Amino acid sequence: MPLNEIFSVLAEGALVTIQLVAMALPLATAMAFISGLLRLSEHRALRWLAAIYVEFFRGTSALIQLYWIYFVLPFFGISIDAITAGVVALGLNIGAYGSEVVRGGLLSVDRGQTEAAIALNFSPRQRLWRIIMPQALVGMMPPFGNLAIELVKATSLVSLITIADLTYRAKSLADMTLQVEEIFGLVLVFYFVMAQVLTLAIRALEKHLGKGMDRGGLA
Amino acid sequence: MSDYAVEFDNVTKQFGDNVLFEQFNFNIRKNEVVSIIGPSGSGKSTLLRILMTLEGIDAGMVRVQGESLWHMQKGGAWLPADERHLRKCRGHMGMVFQHFNLFPHMTVLRNITEAPIHVLGQSKEEARANGLELLRTVGLADKADAYPSQLSGGQKQRVGIARALAMRPSILLLDEITSALDPELVDEVLEVIRKLAAEDAYTMILVTHEMYFAREISDRVCFFDAGAIVEEGPPEQIFNQPKHERTRAFLNSFLNI
Repeated sequence: MPLNEIFSVLAEGALVTIQLVAMALPLATAMAFISGLLRLSEHRALRWLAAIYVEFFRGTSALIQLYWIYFVLPFFGISIDAITAGVVALGLNIGAYGSEVVRGGLLSVDRGQTEAAIALNFSPRQRLWRIIMPQALVGMMPPFGNLAIELVKATSLVSLITIADLTYRAKSLADMTLQVEEIFGLVLVFYFVMAQVLTLAIRALEKHLGKGMDRGGLA
Repeated sequence: MSDYAVEFDNVTKQFGDNVLFEQFNFNIRKNEVVSIIGPSGSGKSTLLRILMTLEGIDAGMVRVQGESLWHMQKGGAWLPADERHLRKCRGHMGMVFQHFNLFPHMTVLRNITEAPIHVLGQSKEEARANGLELLRTVGLADKADAYPSQLSGGQKQRVGIARALAMRPSILLLDEITSALDPELVDEVLEVIRKLAAEDAYTMILVTHEMYFAREISDRVCFFDAGAIVEEGPPEQIFNQPKHERTRAFLNSFLNI
């Protein structure tokens, strides 16, 4: 099979991968912020709820989580299509890791910032969203970048529940043509480019959020 | 209505098993300028932090402008203050911190206007006009659009003062506001405070190590040690004729540097 045909088949798969990332990333982000904030809640029950979520999804295999959502839940009467199952599994899994990033980021903001915000009579909500969160976000960006890349790569798991993503197409194309070098070589490039785009986007966001802030460094 | 801006009635404050204040009594009249001096760990800063609601108390009562700070009356019973009550009381006070605690993600002007807009409900135009006026007062009109990271320590602290004043407090709490500054930057900050004290419009409580400044500006100087006022009085008395041995020892340690 000529290289340009291989490329276009893989590109279609890459599009599916991008769609998965585009849907799972907002879910993961939402789960990370919700559970990260709940872990700092005044209410013990909420802290526990978030901790259970985080420990469960970090502590078990992402692939098995995916199998549960796609293959096991139907036995309990919950059937969802493969794409949704993939998005939910990946979003919840990466979100659990992100939860710790959010929690750590919020805790890393100097206590004096909260005290100044109290002295200026901001409400607890305003303290969080106007003073603490904007500063915490800057420090969250590098670990969020890691997780976004993890997410891109983890999408390859969905090839195991019949979704025709980049990995799935590569595998079936390789089985068919036996041109493994070209195919898997191109797949590496595809994943790498996707990861690089995300990395650059998150760097830009970090720079934007950190405007004016004098941050630490080696020099 | 009470003549006092601030009253501590039999206040007890502990950190774990460590009792800092026990049955502590202390009053400050309206528009009085009071300096608190004393060794570290004597409870000077804690006093300000209790007032600013950054630290709770274990017993007794604190009143600010006649209103109970840490307790509220509901149906004849005293209850611990809730956030709403605390927010009402905090409105009387402004605090300036040793380490400035400016918001690094905001420009200088926004540091000053953020709370007036979102807490007091001022319009953006009004807050901006007031903010620029305050910056002029502290000599930083040209720094409105700078970020805190671009300022010197003395400039940062002057922004800190402007930020506190923007909330129109009647009581100013100044917590070692020159302790983190290089010596040559201390004066520019003290000059601002000097002007404020001369206006006679604020009750001011300064925790300070600047003895000459405390002597010059204060109506009353209080020497704290181990959570108690060892000696207090007009600055001339405390600095020229301290009665207590501990006061003398403390002041000597300053003069002999």
